[in-house]
Amino acid sequence: MSEQIGDKVAMGRRRFLTYLVAAPTLTVAARWGLGADVAQAAIISPPRPSELYDVGDFYKQTCEPTKNMILLEVAEDGDATLWLHRMEVGQGITTASAMLVAEELDLPLSKVHVPMRDADPALLFNQLTGGSTSMRTVYEPIRQAAAEARARMVAAAARQWDISAAQLTTRDGLVVTPDGRTATYGSLASAAADPGLSVIGVKTKSSSEFRVIGKPAKRIDAHKMVTGQFQYTLDLGVVPGAKPCLVHRAPTIQGTPKQVRNDAEVRAMPGVIDIAVIETGVAILAETFGQAWDAKKALRVNWNAGTVDGLSNDDIFAKLEAATVPLAVPGGLVDTIDAEFRFAPVSHAPLESNSAVADVRDDRAEIWSGLQTPIYAQQDIAEDLGLPQDAVKVHVVQSGGAFGRRLFHDGALEAARASKAFGRPVKLMWTRTDDMRHGRMRGPSFHRVRATLAAGQVASYEHRITQTKTDFSHGIGEMITAKLSVGPGNLTYAQSFFNLMVECPYNFGVVTEVLNEPEDIQLNTASWRSVYSAMVRGAEELVVDEIAAKLGKDAYKFRREYLKHDDARAVLDKVATEGGWGRKMPPGHAQGIALHVEHRGSCAFLVEMDATDPKRPRVYRATIVADVGRPINPLGIEAQMISGLTDGISTTLRTGLHIKDGLPLEGSYSQSHFARQKDSPRDVKVFVMPPSREEPGGVGELPVPAAVGAIACAYARATGTKPRHFPINFDIDFDPFPPN
Amino acid sequence: MPTYTLTVNGKKTTVDAPADLAMLWVLRDKLGITGPKFGCGINVCKACTSHLNGKAFNPCVTPVSECADQNVTTIEGLAEGDELHPVQQAWLDRDVAECGYCQPGQIMAAVDLLKRNPDPSDAEIEEIENVCRCGTYVRIREAIKQAAREMGGA
Repeated sequence: MSEQIGDKVAMGRRRFLTYLVAAPTLTVAARWGLGADVAQAAIISPPRPSELYDVGDFYKQTCEPTKNMILLEVAEDGDATLWLHRMEVGQGITTASAMLVAEELDLPLSKVHVPMRDADPALLFNQLTGGSTSMRTVYEPIRQAAAEARARMVAAAARQWDISAAQLTTRDGLVVTPDGRTATYGSLASAAADPGLSVIGVKTKSSSEFRVIGKPAKRIDAHKMVTGQFQYTLDLGVVPGAKPCLVHRAPTIQGTPKQVRNDAEVRAMPGVIDIAVIETGVAILAETFGQAWDAKKALRVNWNAGTVDGLSNDDIFAKLEAATVPLAVPGGLVDTIDAEFRFAPVSHAPLESNSAVADVRDDRAEIWSGLQTPIYAQQDIAEDLGLPQDAVKVHVVQSGGAFGRRLFHDGALEAARASKAFGRPVKLMWTRTDDMRHGRMRGPSFHRVRATLAAGQVASYEHRITQTKTDFSHGIGEMITAKLSVGPGNLTYAQSFFNLMVECPYNFGVVTEVLNEPEDIQLNTASWRSVYSAMVRGAEELVVDEIAAKLGKDAYKFRREYLKHDDARAVLDKVATEGGWGRKMPPGHAQGIALHVEHRGSCAFLVEMDATDPKRPRVYRATIVADVGRPINPLGIEAQMISGLTDGISTTLRTGLHIKDGLPLEGSYSQSHFARQKDSPRDVKVFVMPPSREEPGGVGELPVPAAVGAIACAYARATGTKPRHFPINFDIDFDPFPPN
Repeated sequence: MPTYTLTVNGKKTTVDAPADLAMLWVLRDKLGITGPKFGCGINVCKACTSHLNGKAFNPCVTPVSECADQNVTTIEGLAEGDELHPVQQAWLDRDVAECGYCQPGQIMAAVDLLKRNPDPSDAEIEEIENVCRCGTYVRIREAIKQAAREMGGA
């Protein structure tokens, strides 16, 4: 982030730079991990598209032409700085990336710094953070760049000492001769940058040589966080004179301002500097956010209608149900299990709400914000301001959570518009209520499932999902157009991505999973951690329990028998053993077990719940096992599993949005019931499996679907019910704030 | 505009502000003290949790006038120079932070709890309502227990 950038790059400081642009190499999509050890009797399902080629493979291939544009420098103090082209939002990507550098450069982790890279259009598609693809796409290129930097240190030392490079070794930021002489990287940094120095054929370490990768490492940014020194967007002092700015918004989603009725009155309020009508509302500039807030409350504005005025959750679900693609297998003919599920919309609600600093001048602009797609933000903001793209400098700031929210730069665009309107720099912030009501959300979805049983086996499993349109306009569509031919027929972006993500991991005979996203319900949406999988796989795991019960089989053994993948079976076995599957539970208590396979990995959850009061269920114990291919940082992976557990508890049991008359009623964390400490289990164990493959899989989104499945299954077992609506307890137990 | 004198992180400070301006904005917008975070502004998420005369308070709903002539401590004032408070150290040892945004408030809430109750039970730890949207509660709980042990309470 900018403040850290300032720390690291003092003007005039000499540095050694590695900026690699190599020719793209060929990517071949490999067939992955289909297990041979499947149940003899189960009806084998052919592989789903995502088993062969998934979102991570796709994004990796898309990044291929620019993958080696790694910006890594070693300064004269011997520290390395990696300007990361991904965004840290809490998932630990900077720490994991620093580990890759430390590994290949033979440098202590404490001497590696990882600020975010500014929007860099030369990276083309290779600056998007999402889909649990970061480590999969940077694992090889960052290690290669660090290995080349190390080789250059060795070559520079060899030249300096007139000794063969082959005789030199490296450790802890030192080049070492056989007789024990040493030179620090810092002392070699300048000589190593000599373009005349030839370094060819550099190879990264083999995994057997790893000393950093795979070992637990604590977060490199934690000290600043626990001392309050860490600076998020609105903590930056980068633009002197940037004043606090809030936006007053319409009473319904996507409503727009028509006219301010009390302009003069609000302008006269204490601390108010200016007000301006912008596309999304009325921007207020003030000396403090507190005063801007008072003005926001005082504003009286006439509004144009929004996009879903008058609509409520029930209306939307009715539309979704009506738009659902029919099931192929008729009901009632054979032994069938039918189920319909409804998942309410959910706000991303990162704790740091939408925020941005913008300084827009006549001929240029500079933006600071948490951005998962900064190049797209730069293009869009430049176009909106009427400036050339290269006149808009976009700084990516590490943010207080994202969960998919910052795939879109709504706050940054508003800040740019407000700065332009006011003719001065602004610090723009969304209020929590605006963030929940007018921010992005995971759209509501309707699910229809039919499983057919024949001769004691599952002969078919059909799942139809209808969800309000998921906004993928953050550049992924262009990637598909540019890179991917997805057939058959004319699939939408959403359907294409759905096919690259969602995978039924069981041999259930003929399996079809079909998404439809009708265009006529315009909400503010964005991919929400795990995109479709939380709902699709969560619902599916409930049905799996119901099928097992109908066949008279144990929920764990049934899954074990029908699983396609050996790796996933090992994960399931481990969770059952470690979590004590099948132990006797008191009345009203139950266990739930579920697993998920995606991102070239798998994970399983076994939870125990007290649902003695079905309105106040409590998950009090959780055992989690994850196989993520090659684990980079087990401590970070454990954190992501715990985080996924919490998201599962929230969204399965209590958290959602009631859209009513065109606006969500929920306007705070207490109203939307995001989990607190009292909702979190007291006993949680996480096991990260040893490396199952050479390459790392994706981690951030992996746990959520299994968490949702296990929690829903535990609730069903504890209460003897069949949950069909999520969150399960979804009463309006609060007085909604008035619209705006 | 009234003038208020208060002690912030051990330093006597004078500030001109309307009487009803929330202390959070005095700290952040007028004094440039940004450790206390905005998360909701209505005392729900508690990301701004700081101490007033050594007790937890939420500056987002506390007018500056109520802080006049009193001692305000933010996360920036918790450590003694380079020496971290045991709660901060426990946070590092347990690698609690994910996005980190709520953690200054979580830490200040935990310090307050341990002051009132040096050996809190699980149920008492669960009385902390600070939201962690990343869901780090398991490690927060471990860190509080570790700090309690190291501070001699448990």
